[in-house]
This record gives sequence, C-alpha cells and structure tokens, in this order.
Amino acid sequence: MAAEEQAEGLQFHPMEQFTVEPLFGGDTIHWYTPTNVTLWMAIAVLAIIGLLVLGTRKRAIVPSRTQSVAELAYGFVHSMVEDVAGKEALKYFPYIMTLFIFIVFSNFLGLIPMSFVTTSHIAVTVVLALLVFVSVTLLGFYLHGIKFLGLFWVSSAPLALRPVLAVIEIISYFVRPVSHSIRLAGNVMAGHAVIEVFATFAGAILIAPLALVGIVAMFGMDVLVAFIQAYVFTILTCVYLKDALHPSH
Amino acid sequence: MEGDIVEMGKFIGAGLATIGMGGAAIGVGSIVGNFLSGALRNPSAAGGQTAMLFIGIAFAEAFGIFSFLVALLLMFAV
Repeated sequence: MAAEEQAEGLQFHPMEQFTVEPLFGGDTIHWYTPTNVTLWMAIAVLAIIGLLVLGTRKRAIVPSRTQSVAELAYGFVHSMVEDVAGKEALKYFPYIMTLFIFIVFSNFLGLIPMSFVTTSHIAVTVVLALLVFVSVTLLGFYLHGIKFLGLFWVSSAPLALRPVLAVIEIISYFVRPVSHSIRLAGNVMAGHAVIEVFATFAGAILIAPLALVGIVAMFGMDVLVAFIQAYVFTILTCVYLKDALHPSH
Repeated sequence: MEGDIVEMGKFIGAGLATIGMGGAAIGVGSIVGNFLSGALRNPSAAGGQTAMLFIGIAFAEAFGIFSFLVALLLMFAV
C-alpha cells in the first residue's frame, strides 16, 4: 500500500506526526524508554512549574504579568468547580486544577510546529479519564456506601420504568470514561490531521494559496479547540464529581 | 486483485463512516441555536448557562468524534 502511494504525486501521510519514537535512536520501545511523548510531557510539566511556581514566587500584591496569568487560571478553575459541582467539591479542587492545567499545556505545546501533541494519543487520555472514573466511583462509595447505587435508581420515574432506566443509567455510566477520553484525543488528533491534509494540498501549485488559507483557518480553529476541549474535560470531571457527591436523583 | 477490492472496501467504508459527523454537526448546531434564541430573550440569565452549553456540545460532539475514529481505523489500522 505504501509503495503505491509513493508512486503517485501527492504523498498523503496525515497520521505520521503521531508516531511515538525513541529519543536516542533504537527501534524497540520499552516502558522505560524515553520517547518524544516523554519529552513533551516533561516540557509541559516544566512549563507548568515555570508558570505556577516560579511565576507566583514573589507573591506581589500588584501581580506581575506571569503572576496574573497564573491567578487567572486558578480563579477560572476555582469558579468552575464551585459553579458546577458545588461548594463541597472545592475539597477536590487541586486534582481538577491539575487535570485542567496539564491538558491545556499539552494541547498548546502541541500547536507549536514540529512539536508533538501528547493528548492526541488515546493511551494518554484514557489514563486521565480512567483515573477520574475510578476515583469518582470510589469516592461515591466511600461517602455514601451502598446508597451510591441510588444514582442508577431513578426514584422520580414510575416504578415500572425504573428497572429499564437502571439498565440505561448503568450503561451510560460505564460509557463515561470511553467518551471522556476519546473526545479529547479525537478532537486534538482530528485538528492536527486536518492541518496536515491541507499541508499536503499546499504541495500542488494550483491550489497552494487556498491550502495556505486553509492551514491558517484550521490553526485558528485548533487554538480554540485546544482550550475548549481542556475546558470540556474538566467540566465533565466536575459533573461526574457532583454525581458522586449527590447521587440521589 | 483481491487486495484491491479490500482496499476499495476500506475507502468506501471510511467515507461512509464520515456521514456520522454530519449528525454531530446537526446536534451541535441545534444546541447552540437554541441556546442563542434563549439567551437573546433573557440575556442576564445566559452567562450562568455557558457551562451547560459546553457540556451539551461535548456530548453531541462525542458521537461525531466516534464516527471520525471509525473512519480513521478503517483507513489506517484495519
């Protein structure tokens, strides 16, 4: 298949940018091999430390530019947790802040040309989403015991309908980590793949100007998507957390 | 020759799978349109509901992303 595509004029490899490669040569990837995923995650963590730890170190009353960005992010997530999940959920604010900041930074670092976007890999987002799913479920059982199962028993519905609704609720509960992870990875991957497709078209001289406009437009779209998907991921975490805190319908 | 038919089936399947993305587009458009028509009637209440707007968009969009994923799997993984 690859040989046939090589023979044609346009080379079409929009998914090549997502390959995981070892940093220091070699072919095999073990769990401890430093790859480009490791590199860009480390860069994201370092950038987060730079913004949130070094940026706010002075604790100035009149904040510097870096400090006000850090305060803005903090206040944004804080009010989101409070609005969506309620006041009691503020106990779990550090975890949600961590999720949001990490996803935002990985998404935006991935927008740098020639960089690697870690959140485009379902393996990465599944870990994030499964952690949310498992911890929220455990929290629900810890706080409410067996009453947490009332989440699946819609007490406002007629009695005959409740078993049917319970099945639907259980299915929708277990689909949560799937859609939670695939939404983020799919959106980010789709955006980057479309940019690459337009970049392929830019190789054809006749439609190159159009393709360049397309690249710029898709890049602007991707900047939006990078933020909105991080926002959606965290807000859904807040919704799930609210379910764990108040399971009764 | 058999390989070509498999290849053709992959491309046709991937193309058909992208139809699902149209459904997500309809869903997102309907949500945002209804939000706007509600928000223009009572703009003061609209600000507090943007979180709900994004949750709704996210749920509607997820299925479009699923079909996109199916298309990608057919093109590159199968």
